[in-house]
Amino acid sequence: MASDVYLNVVVGGVLTGLVYGLLALGLSVIFGVVRVVNFAHGEMMTIAMFIAVVSFSTLHLDPLVSLVPIAAAMFVFGYALQIGLINPFIRRAEHTQFLLLVALGLIIANGLLIIFGPDARSVQTSYALDSIQIGPLIVDTAKVYAGLAAIAFTVALFVFFRFTLVGKAIRACADNYTGAQVVGLDVKRLYALTFGLGAACVGAAGTMLTLLIDATPMLGPSYTLLAFVIVITGGLGSMPGALLGGVLVGVTEALAGLLFTPSAKSMFAFGILVLVLLFRPQGLLGKRLA
Amino acid sequence: MMARLSAGLSRRGAILLAVLFVVLLSAPFVVHDYLLTVLILILYFAYAGQAWNIMMGFAGQLSLGHAIYIGLGAYVAATLFIRFGVSPWLGLLGAIPVAAACGAIIGFLAFRFRVAGVYFAILTIAFAEFARIGFDHLDFVNASGGLFLPVKQNVHSDPWLLRGDPRMFYYVILLATSLLFIVCHLLLRSRVGYFWLAIREDEQAARATGIDTFRYKMYAVMVSAAATSFAGVFYAFFYNNLFPEQVFSISRSIEIILGPIIGGVGTLFGPILGAFVLTGLAEVLNSAMTSFGIEVPGVTQVFYGICLLLVVAGLPDGVWPPLARLLRVSTSKK
Repeated sequence: MASDVYLNVVVGGVLTGLVYGLLALGLSVIFGVVRVVNFAHGEMMTIAMFIAVVSFSTLHLDPLVSLVPIAAAMFVFGYALQIGLINPFIRRAEHTQFLLLVALGLIIANGLLIIFGPDARSVQTSYALDSIQIGPLIVDTAKVYAGLAAIAFTVALFVFFRFTLVGKAIRACADNYTGAQVVGLDVKRLYALTFGLGAACVGAAGTMLTLLIDATPMLGPSYTLLAFVIVITGGLGSMPGALLGGVLVGVTEALAGLLFTPSAKSMFAFGILVLVLLFRPQGLLGKRLA
Repeated sequence: MMARLSAGLSRRGAILLAVLFVVLLSAPFVVHDYLLTVLILILYFAYAGQAWNIMMGFAGQLSLGHAIYIGLGAYVAATLFIRFGVSPWLGLLGAIPVAAACGAIIGFLAFRFRVAGVYFAILTIAFAEFARIGFDHLDFVNASGGLFLPVKQNVHSDPWLLRGDPRMFYYVILLATSLLFIVCHLLLRSRVGYFWLAIREDEQAARATGIDTFRYKMYAVMVSAAATSFAGVFYAFFYNNLFPEQVFSISRSIEIILGPIIGGVGTLFGPILGAFVLTGLAEVLNSAMTSFGIEVPGVTQVFYGICLLLVVAGLPDGVWPPLARLLRVSTSKK
């Protein structure tokens, strides 16, 4: 009986972790290519969550349906952001870029607070309370959907980067900025495209998260941090690393919530972060930097 | 000593500084209570910003988690006061080593294991968040229920126990801000200060010239943490209540760095000017909104965000350096 409980919690953690992984993937893609650290990541996720909540309450769109349009909308947002705000900062000092995005995060979070107020908002789907039983395993239907959607999105992104010409061009920019310019790639546009793709990941992850948690305007900072923890754990720039890191953090949080108290679960994620930073700074699946 | 104090300060600068100090000293006799509270807030931000500036502005180490030192200072002094009736000034003697030790731990882990740049900033946030959640579950300090400092009505001010009217708090924070200003001024012209600037400008080169960069970065974190802990003590006794959710939150860390960034990172006047500009404008905005009958939370923060965005984009050195050139008061570098 007791082992069943652990199994259920671990599987739930894996599914939640896949969504975390998708969120972190957005951060990883943006950092890996544009070399800008997106301190407004969690806040962008909150935007997506609120769009999902509003489209559910007004248009009765299930998050699994609104997933694609929201990801597309966030893509446009990310693209515009990179073109309009971040591109001029590419060659500026590192901390200037952080502060630019910290400022953006502050504006987004409090803008949402002004519009929606401080209350938590949730999506009440018809399957919110359902669960699926496979042998001794009982998992929430919503978590299964969210996890599967996260996997589908990640696979699509992987295929894009691996097998399309644009994906190849973006990887070229990441490998060698000057070289990419020499062969005639429009680096600024590719950067915007990449930031857009990262934002689309955030959009999809945020939409899926509405199935799991309530949306509040102030969620941003802790999810930015969560995404960082995952990316650093998995290895910056590594796509499988982001998913692995996400699952690891998801399972750790779930187990910590079971064994200790749910509200203290993030402390364990920070514990992982500190250990990884100290003993394997390149991350679990990252390449060692020279 | 006096020569050191006046070094790098032009005649105009000295006069300006003296005028500012006299104005601030006499302010409580002129302004009413509301404005005095705003001034207290401004000086609090000037103080905390100056303390943060030691680490980022002088030694070039970006901390986005200074709330941890504010929180530790606040909790140590408040707990000693509530449980044992210990004066906050004696409590400060406990708060400073605790904050400095915490800074030393973070610094040691980061600098020994070469955690730099964005990773360092993340590490500082992670520690602050760790402390926030930790204190939220620490029953000894009443966990998420928070601490409340006893308030006595109609008693004359008792500076020893930091219980009293806004006027007393005003002079306490004015004194602290002035002292820290002088300390920073002296630090910048000391051996340590020059080593810090060298590390900020080019750490590799600094190491090549024989500076023990690890040791001096540790000093920067510890001095900054120790100085910040007083801001926490003041915070606790001024507001009379303390919640982990608030005192350790990321927004605490962000709001204290806004002043120095807007005023000018690495300058002595930057944190003070930034605090005046930012908090002053925010209060104007607030009262304008109140007079129109609008009560929406978050507007001040959006305003902060826009200010930060504009300064980062348009005046990367902050407002002070160009202003100093305009006033012809600066003989020093940026």
